[in-house]
Amino acid sequence: MANKIITKDLNLYYGTHHALKDVSIEIKEHCVTGLIGPSGCGKSTFLKTLNRMNDTIPGVRVTGNVLLDDEEVYQNAVDVTQLRKKVGMVFQSPNPFPMSIYDNVAYGLRIHGIKKRIIVDEIVEKSLRGAAIWDEVKDRLKKSALSLSGGQQQRLCIARTLAVQPDVILMDEPTSALDPISTMKIEELMSELKKNYTVVIVTHNMQQAARISDYTAFFLLGELVEYGETSQIFSMPKDKRTEDYITGRFG
Amino acid sequence: MIKKTSITEKRKRPLDKLAYFGIFLFAFLVFAMVVLFVVYILYNGIPGLTWEFLTTAPNPIEQTIGILPSIINTGYMILLAILFAVPVGVGGAIYLCEYAKNKRLIRIIEFTTETLSGIPSIIFGVFGYVFFCTLLNLKVSLLSGALTLTIIVLPTIVRTTGEALKAVPNSYREAAQGIGATKWYMIHTVLLPSASRGIITSIILAIGRIVGESAALILVSGGSAMYMPRGNFFEQIMGSGATLSVELYRYAYSRGENGIGFSIAVVLLAISVLLNLLVKLINKKLGTQKAES
Repeated sequence: MANKIITKDLNLYYGTHHALKDVSIEIKEHCVTGLIGPSGCGKSTFLKTLNRMNDTIPGVRVTGNVLLDDEEVYQNAVDVTQLRKKVGMVFQSPNPFPMSIYDNVAYGLRIHGIKKRIIVDEIVEKSLRGAAIWDEVKDRLKKSALSLSGGQQQRLCIARTLAVQPDVILMDEPTSALDPISTMKIEELMSELKKNYTVVIVTHNMQQAARISDYTAFFLLGELVEYGETSQIFSMPKDKRTEDYITGRFG
Repeated sequence: MIKKTSITEKRKRPLDKLAYFGIFLFAFLVFAMVVLFVVYILYNGIPGLTWEFLTTAPNPIEQTIGILPSIINTGYMILLAILFAVPVGVGGAIYLCEYAKNKRLIRIIEFTTETLSGIPSIIFGVFGYVFFCTLLNLKVSLLSGALTLTIIVLPTIVRTTGEALKAVPNSYREAAQGIGATKWYMIHTVLLPSASRGIITSIILAIGRIVGESAALILVSGGSAMYMPRGNFFEQIMGSGATLSVELYRYAYSRGENGIGFSIAVVLLAISVLLNLLVKLINKKLGTQKAES
């Protein structure tokens, strides 16, 4: 399978704190890649380097390479707006805007200059269907997004990301604030999404990584300890530290 | 060793009762004072409120008194000062909260604005007189008055808007930027609508300040409301004229006409209440457009 994102010797510093150490990874297209590791291991930080969401934090310095479709993400010529259109993001807790359901999904389209009503209507429906929430909200598109339940809000946020037609979707612990049933719905959605998108997901929950991801990367103290097919990582990890972590000896 | 007690044994808590009584009393006092104040003003002011009083200019020869010129002047003052102060104040708050990176500079500016909002307005009056009336040669005029008022209300607007922006959850900023919104796009589509309540509050406070200001305006826009503003819009704002509060001061203090003072106070109260209601109504309209839950 083709590589979608490649990082080479990626280092990231928050001021003097060395948060990512020489991370080199090849993320496969149309796969779900799970990032696991204990709190503070750098998995979320790594995720955010892929669409440069770390840019907004003062004092961050990045060295090394991130290649998206063989194009360097960290070069001056990059328009972060275009980058984030291609590499969308879903956050830990659902964060819909205080607008209607429809406007939430249409938000991204308007950013990128798509204003024609018929086209917007069509993409909104397609995105909501893609996020498996259309049937629940189709009769109340004009209602506030804040009236939805947490799980629905998170799927709405996924729809909002899908609407700008990204190639890659980054998810930062998307189910950690949700109940088990909503979690299950989003996990089911993930296997659908990978048909059209490349998905990278940070998760605290190892069972979740085992269930949904094709590849798994284990981070520890800013280092990428081990990366490989999920079945291999969970059945016969090569590194002792990976084994200790997935068998629950620490973390 | 704590003594074993039954859960049905009621303890007397005199301090709790006293505190409750005290708090209730104070709350009642606040309420009663406001009611008393309003009733007193209405009682003394309403008898003097005639149609003639509201719709004519004072005429010293026929010895009639009217406040139409000062109502118009007050209107100008509100319009101009809000027009100047809101864009500058909201813009400044956006800069401080969303763009400025230098933490120390932000703290200095915030400290300065807070200090400014506590300075007696007569000092702004002296500054306005020297700077706007004399140095910029705007004369003693409504325009000079509005500019001085702009400086007086700016700190309030910057601070209130800033607080409102800070209260917008960071997740909105992340969400917008995560799908490729530029900073400005995010600000005007998500942050400003979310902060609109705070901005509206700052405008209400500013209007209150503008309507109520007298000391500074006596210096920079003149104390007389004898004549109706004349000429076109520009000529009118370049002329001098007293607002209602200045007139109130003049009648009640320098001429000892307390009755007229109370009548003007009734008009001022009515204007404040109406403007507050209007601004709240606008806010509600904006709110329903956003589809609140």
